[in-house]
Amino acid sequence: MFKRFLWLEWKSFFRSASVGKSIGLKVLLIFLALYFSVAFLALGIGLYPLLQEYFPDQDPLRLVNRFVLLWLVFELGFRFFVQTLPVLDIKPLLNLPIHRRKAVNFVLSKSMYSFFNFLPLFIIIPFGIFCIYKADYGTWNLLGWMLGMIAITQCVNFLNFIFKKKFTDDLKALIPAILTVVVLSALEYFKVFEISFWFGKMLDFLVLNPYLVIIPIVLAVVLFKWNQHNLESKFYLDAGLKQKQKDADTKDFGWTKKFGALAPFLQQDLKLIWRNKRPKTTIYMSFILLGYGLFVYPSDMYEHSVFYVFVGIFMTGIFMINFGQFIPSWDASYYSMIMSQNIPMKDYLSSKALLLSFSVIILAILTTPYIYFGWNILLINMVAAIYNIGVNVPILLYSGSFNKKKIDLDKSPFMNYQGTGAAQWIVGLPLMFLPILIYWLLDFFIGFKAALIGLSSLGIIGLVLRPQLMEYIAGVYRKRKYAMINGFKQTGE
Amino acid sequence: MITATNLSKIYRGTKVLNIDHLDIPTGESFGLVGNNGAGKTTFFSLLLDLIKPTTGNIFNHEITVSQSEDWKPFTASFIDESFLIGYLTPEEYFYFVGELRGANKADIDSFLANFEDFFHGEILDRKKYLRDLSKGNQKKVGIVAALIGNPKVVILDEPFANLDPTTQIRLKKIIKELTENRETTVLISSHDLIHVTEVCERIVVLDKGEPVKDIKTSEATLSELESYFSREVGATPVEEL
Repeated sequence: MFKRFLWLEWKSFFRSASVGKSIGLKVLLIFLALYFSVAFLALGIGLYPLLQEYFPDQDPLRLVNRFVLLWLVFELGFRFFVQTLPVLDIKPLLNLPIHRRKAVNFVLSKSMYSFFNFLPLFIIIPFGIFCIYKADYGTWNLLGWMLGMIAITQCVNFLNFIFKKKFTDDLKALIPAILTVVVLSALEYFKVFEISFWFGKMLDFLVLNPYLVIIPIVLAVVLFKWNQHNLESKFYLDAGLKQKQKDADTKDFGWTKKFGALAPFLQQDLKLIWRNKRPKTTIYMSFILLGYGLFVYPSDMYEHSVFYVFVGIFMTGIFMINFGQFIPSWDASYYSMIMSQNIPMKDYLSSKALLLSFSVIILAILTTPYIYFGWNILLINMVAAIYNIGVNVPILLYSGSFNKKKIDLDKSPFMNYQGTGAAQWIVGLPLMFLPILIYWLLDFFIGFKAALIGLSSLGIIGLVLRPQLMEYIAGVYRKRKYAMINGFKQTGE
Repeated sequence: MITATNLSKIYRGTKVLNIDHLDIPTGESFGLVGNNGAGKTTFFSLLLDLIKPTTGNIFNHEITVSQSEDWKPFTASFIDESFLIGYLTPEEYFYFVGELRGANKADIDSFLANFEDFFHGEILDRKKYLRDLSKGNQKKVGIVAALIGNPKVVILDEPFANLDPTTQIRLKKIIKELTENRETTVLISSHDLIHVTEVCERIVVLDKGEPVKDIKTSEATLSELESYFSREVGATPVEEL
């Protein structure tokens, strides 16, 4: 049966509408995986000697044990956002004579072979071997420790499975879990109750009594069973559908009326963003990434103001970039309607431009507190915002005319490459590096003020030429219309 | 008046549509019949400029559809679910389409009042997004939206499929009323020969992209169509194909 499932997956991968892209992505991911494997392996081999050198009076194994819990929490968080769970399209299987348990086991055991489970091995095994040869622990003791760590990794894997199933649809439900972590780390920080210390103690105890490895193994099995139970109960058609249908949100964004002919489109886009998961998440991300400046401005590492230009373009333009690069793919599922309704292409695009420009203005206003780090930072951010509105918005819209990949509005954007094509990668260069290059040249040859004036004049010229630019871009969209309509109809990743 | 001249569409070397000349006068209720792959949806997509013709042109009230957008204000259509915006409620969708066609909220409300029967209490005020409606109810929304703003040309692809019997009967009534004043041209495709002969005054049969029959509907039309479509099956006429 497992063979059959694998066969189905193989077919679905190679027969999907965009095999080429998927393969390209896989190659990229393989390179990343290799990179991390090598990095982890280097760490695994170097860990014991390094610890011995820097903390000669402490036992490396005990030291490592103390940090295991911290690592696990980090790993769980990282997996939550990055690891994609194996999925099986159950709908066509439901009416076939296949045992539920088998399909569920397939999904679960496939997750056991995830790369994320192998990564810690690159540290655990070399470090364990070092400990066997260099420290005074017995071979069995260390084998117990290694096995225990592997079992714990699998626990994290299954725990993540449970978390993801439960919480991806409802991030708010995660708040208690996050609070627990915060409280525990606060207790740890103020040395009231050092949980990582006690966890480390437990691991030390495991090393002394290697037969106790049975505990993490049993724990992993229990979590496996729990998942099995969870998934089996979801193995119904209606479980895939939303269980509780919430009442539709009927905010109508009436204030957009001020924008005349563009109002219906603007309303439309706001509803699109507000009511669908993927665009909505880009909003949250934009606010979170506003904090980027906090990492850059206080540090002495980036003394040259060129880097501040990058930060300015990035912070004021993050929504513009995240949302704008997928125009018009957001409207993919009803693009033929947009194209046959009474909608002039220019109005459609102008409303998108307006929306993007708004986002830049709002984000620019939100960056004003960074004036704390100096006037020039505020100036650079404002200039970056003007440049974003004047130059980058039209560039993004233009590059959008090459989009012909559909986007599922209801999927999380993390590690989601749906709708990503060559256009997205290529457009990043002019968006970010062109202004930096211009700024750097002007700053280098003339001076700071000239650089600011140069960038903002470019932005203003872009704004003045906006109507002509939009006319031109609308022409490009009209030309590419058939390819887009056809592309948006293709399903699959 | 809709005119197609020398119109053809070729996908990877296969001709899926080939119409030398076809005139559809203003005010006509025009039916398009044919088996799967006969080219019905292709024809409608060409008429809406959603795909590019390989040769020839379609003129919608003297406007070449592939060259100008000026036909859009008076042409309305519902082809499939890709014409619906899933994250809107039906009301919002109607208002949106209304705004595009120059009808304000009050206009739409009074317009929708005419369709209370048709909606059967399952569409309005349900606080549901379109994506959460059943296929049949989605179809109702799409069809009614295509009637907003008194369009001169209405294009409906398979409007009867997925509808319950009562709604089918109501829809037939609506379509008949629409063409009563001879100002609105209605184009319909269907697999259901009975419905189409009841509603349309003219029926064109497509076979592998070619128009093979062009019939002015009369008492005899239904049996003519039935015998045409059963020629491959055998002697017995088949009701549903």
